[in-house]
Amino acid sequence: MAQTEIKSYTMNFGPQHPAAHGVLRLVLELSGEIVERADPHIGLLHRGTEKLIEHKTYVQAIPYFDRLDYACPLNQEHAFVLAVEKLLGIEVPPRAQYLRTLFNEVTRLINHIMNTTSMALDVGAMTPMLYGFEQREHLLEFSERASGARMHAAWFRPGGVARDVPTELLDDILTFCDGFPAYLDDVEALLDDNRIFKQRTVDIGKVTVEQALDWGFTGPVLRACGIPWDLRKSQPYDAYADMDFDIPTGTNGDCYDRYLVRMAEQRQSLRIMRQCIENMPDGPVKTPDHKVTPPPRAEMKSSMEALIHHFKLFTEGVKVPAGETYTAVEAATGEFGVFLVSDGSNRPYRCKIRSPGYVHLQGLDLLSRGHMLADVVANIGSIDVVFGEIDR
Amino acid sequence: MTTTLKERMESLTELGARIETALPTDVVRASLERDELVVIALRPAIVRVLTFLRDDSACRCKQLVDLCAVDYPGREERFEVVYNLLSLHHNHRVRVKIGAAEDTPVPSVTRVFSTAGWFEREAWDMYGVLFADHPDLRRILTDYGFEGHPQRKDFPLTGYKEIRYDEGEKRVVYEPVRLTQDFRVFDFQSPWETLDTQLGRLLPGDEKAKGNA
Repeated sequence: MAQTEIKSYTMNFGPQHPAAHGVLRLVLELSGEIVERADPHIGLLHRGTEKLIEHKTYVQAIPYFDRLDYACPLNQEHAFVLAVEKLLGIEVPPRAQYLRTLFNEVTRLINHIMNTTSMALDVGAMTPMLYGFEQREHLLEFSERASGARMHAAWFRPGGVARDVPTELLDDILTFCDGFPAYLDDVEALLDDNRIFKQRTVDIGKVTVEQALDWGFTGPVLRACGIPWDLRKSQPYDAYADMDFDIPTGTNGDCYDRYLVRMAEQRQSLRIMRQCIENMPDGPVKTPDHKVTPPPRAEMKSSMEALIHHFKLFTEGVKVPAGETYTAVEAATGEFGVFLVSDGSNRPYRCKIRSPGYVHLQGLDLLSRGHMLADVVANIGSIDVVFGEIDR
Repeated sequence: MTTTLKERMESLTELGARIETALPTDVVRASLERDELVVIALRPAIVRVLTFLRDDSACRCKQLVDLCAVDYPGREERFEVVYNLLSLHHNHRVRVKIGAAEDTPVPSVTRVFSTAGWFEREAWDMYGVLFADHPDLRRILTDYGFEGHPQRKDFPLTGYKEIRYDEGEKRVVYEPVRLTQDFRVFDFQSPWETLDTQLGRLLPGDEKAKGNA
């Protein structure tokens, strides 16, 4: 029988594709159904965030961070706020630190629910998504009750948080923590030993430890390779030093392990949330330095100084001493860092955003080479890309 | 794992001294800025410096976490290229900085860290920093056919072109930006002398107190 030679050809994936998790245009070179090269074309959601931040005051820059990775907004505000605080050299009251830690974990759950279930949807399982989004809605409600917004909270501010949480909210979160493991059990029962799910994810997109370090992978993608590296543990910020939790790791560094790591992390997040609520200190939620945080409204009615502070803060903003810092947090997707350069004025001179998704997407070519076309979708799901933060 | 700030700063100072002695001709200086180690290196030696930081037993910075450019139009070499490295083994970060002008190519570090590929593409796209020996130095974030380098300080925030879908022509058209309202930049720098005389230095805007701005 005469052999037919299969010519390799290029295929365009996206920018509008339900499994692309956003506006990703992927140019795939295929040989038959085997991927020979994956070339992501990004920037379709580029909004010039870094340039815009250079033209805004420090507090005005916070909402831009919500709009980067819109699946885990508060983690990113946190990195920026910590960077500003470091340059200002201010201390944050303990209650604010605990509230931030608590809501970081709430956000991590929001992100992990979205990611694990939508990855399952990408490889053919629809039910977890329907289960997950009910839970996610509860968490978004907590975010709304604390900040007034479901997603784009802008609740973390240099010097603390914008305002204290309503009294019943912490109890409600505690009640939620009791019920949430049942959801995790359900999803695990549906997926962990599911034959189809495992066929689609086990040994797909495998990375070794050396590759992961070389390509700059962080977060669950790195931990799935077996390295117990978590900035919350190794370089603790806010109240994480007081928290008792474990770092789940994988062994194979494939899509399945990345899914398992995220599922295990959700249980750890619950532990942290519980500890935050049980040990929540009383007291103010922002530093008393009114050069940085606005004074209470009641005080403004009687105190001239408070009125001046308020006016200065919301017109001119905070003047941050000249200097630069690279501050990173463990966002749900990986290491999210802010390289902030201040020239001593009220606006950042340069604010480089180091987003984990950007680095992970660069590794998509590495993950997908030699795999089938359908595995690209599993890979995209497992590295947890959100285009808001990649394109910035 | 949990070391005090003082211990961390001491070990970083030691590390800085070690880097300075190991690479005397490549490194201008290594110093602490706040509690972060900053190494100022020479541009032609950047590959050597990063390889040393990656492989030396005391550094072991196996990850290039971030690479970016910063624009200082007033300087002779207007760009500063900043490399942020992380050692998982020793739990420390090192920042390496080099200078670059518009026409002086920076040696690409993609051979040392694969992750530098996209970061360098971004620095090229946004600032126009040239990287020599980069395997694939294309634009990355801007539109196909974009001209200019948008994050330079002399590039206007509003840009030069705006795009819209033209119903008559049934295609996307590019037009020069027309602003219905002038772009406003507010000068918030205080025209009065700062009260922070203890600081012993001038803040931006202080020069206006003497009426020459």
